[in-house]
Amino acid sequence: MSTVTSTGSSTPTPPRRGGPARAASDGWVVAKRNLIKIKRVPEVLVFVLISPIMFVLLFAYVFGGAIDPGGDVPYREFLIGGIFAQTVVFGATFTGAGIAEDMQKGIIDRFRSLPMSPSAVLVGRTASDVVYNVLSLIIMALTGLLVGWRAREGVVDMLAGFLLLLVFAYAISWVMAWVGLLVPSVEVINNASFIVIFPLTFVSNAFVPLESFSSGLRVFVEWNPVSALTQASRELFGNIDPTVPAPDVWSLQHPALYTLLWVVLILAVFVPLSVRQYARASSK
Amino acid sequence: MTDMIRAEGLVKSYGKVKALRGLDLVVPEGTVLALLGPNGAGKTTAVKLLATLQKPDSGRAEVAGIDVVGDPDGVRARIGLSGQYAAVDEQLTGFENLEMVGRLYGLGRAASRRRATELLERFALADAGNRPSKTYSGGMRRRLDLAGALVAAPPVLILDEPTTGLDVRSRQQMWDVIRELVGSGATLLLTTQYLEEADRLADDIVVIDHGTAIARGTADELKAQTGGERVEVVLADTSRRAEAHRLLGEVAIGEVRDSDNGRGLVAPVDGGTRSLTRVLQAFEAAGLDLLDVGLRRPTLDDVFLTLTGRSSADDEATTDDKQTGTTEHEKASR
Repeated sequence: MSTVTSTGSSTPTPPRRGGPARAASDGWVVAKRNLIKIKRVPEVLVFVLISPIMFVLLFAYVFGGAIDPGGDVPYREFLIGGIFAQTVVFGATFTGAGIAEDMQKGIIDRFRSLPMSPSAVLVGRTASDVVYNVLSLIIMALTGLLVGWRAREGVVDMLAGFLLLLVFAYAISWVMAWVGLLVPSVEVINNASFIVIFPLTFVSNAFVPLESFSSGLRVFVEWNPVSALTQASRELFGNIDPTVPAPDVWSLQHPALYTLLWVVLILAVFVPLSVRQYARASSK
Repeated sequence: MTDMIRAEGLVKSYGKVKALRGLDLVVPEGTVLALLGPNGAGKTTAVKLLATLQKPDSGRAEVAGIDVVGDPDGVRARIGLSGQYAAVDEQLTGFENLEMVGRLYGLGRAASRRRATELLERFALADAGNRPSKTYSGGMRRRLDLAGALVAAPPVLILDEPTTGLDVRSRQQMWDVIRELVGSGATLLLTTQYLEEADRLADDIVVIDHGTAIARGTADELKAQTGGERVEVVLADTSRRAEAHRLLGEVAIGEVRDSDNGRGLVAPVDGGTRSLTRVLQAFEAAGLDLLDVGLRRPTLDDVFLTLTGRSSADDEATTDDKQTGTTEHEKASR
């Protein structure tokens, strides 16, 4: 071991940075670290990406015959928009698990002792999970193509559809980041997230048409943001019979706009909530 | 000389457990203070307050002249913390770990990379620098963690039990590294439950127990508090014990006792090596053979025993049985 010199004044104290610029640059450093980890343990990703494939096959071939979406569009085509929405919502669990795991590991002690942005761990995690969501959408789309799904409205609408899915996924991942900070361990996160995710995705028009719900549930389904997201992606991918009018509620008449309103609302609530919870959880 | 760490009346409770009950600390620039105490004494809590990981219930502390509650970010930019459990990311390589820490300290990309390479070299980790750190041995991981604390070359280093759980060789290496750091002018606060570690590394020692300082001073001052030096002899012929007892009594300044192993005698003295010479001459003149003779000075173990009424080793055993509440809480709070 050669000499360990100078912890003294040879290197000047690093410049202090503040505000959003610092949150972004520190968040990027943390995101890069998360991506390196995914690259190093790809098994984690493989299993998470297999589940949407399972869902496509399950609904297309098992339930497919029993559900009639109405109009001229075959169920498999109708289904894929719903699976897209469901997958990005389920994918947020990955964010929650990542945060919960970070909080348990020794590295968090290091982060806490550094003069870094107090939101960097959360900003970095939600950012790196966008990459994960892009991957899972690609796999979904390829699986969809195999079972007969097509994007019929052109490239621009298709990209708009994927962008909307990603933006909503980003918002939901902040909800799960908050849940990840609340749970005592990674093991709890899956169960905790099901409480949020199952009603959101299954009490929606993702798998069955709106008309099949009883009137009480139907109101929930109509205003559920996952329904709007599903409706929007079906419209943008051209998976809806144009002769069948959209349901007569504002949320489903303007599904993309309604989805974006939810994105803004979720971020406005859960970003500050999570940042505060991170500070609290890390100083326990 | 300015004080790089100043703490006054630090109090911190976790629920009903009073972890700190009014701790004062002063560490002048360029010196090493060891916070010495058994498990559950409050050492880690003191570190957490000084490193801004937690806020004190009352009392105040300054690190490098900056208030830990008022400007935690300012403190964080000036300290390097290395914890009891290596705070490294296991999936990342040694290089990636250090580069990340550099970036988060606010060093640029190029500076972070340069510093990472430099530190890997210095901590004998250059060969392992491109391997995920989960493949490292315990000692290597701890060195990487310490390297992480040094990335921004902070003027103040806080090391929480840097050698706990390491084997003898790794501990020795760690001590060498720490000594070099101190030689280069760093101010260092170090917690330890090893008396030997405090003795070897620290300029000043604060003995802490149940959340409060029970003694402070240099290793020598603390040893002097527990009584002075003594001459210990081991007799070749135990049948002449009474005669040996009488001879030692002439040199001793207090009562001559039997030593622990039964073959020897212990006499308190105040003349240092002159006392030892007198004892040797008296035994020589009387024709009494000795298997061993020595001038003993008190160890920090003796200090701890005198101060707390129990030895540090005893305490570790009882901590495991009785104070699990505290220990578990400390774990939970991590």
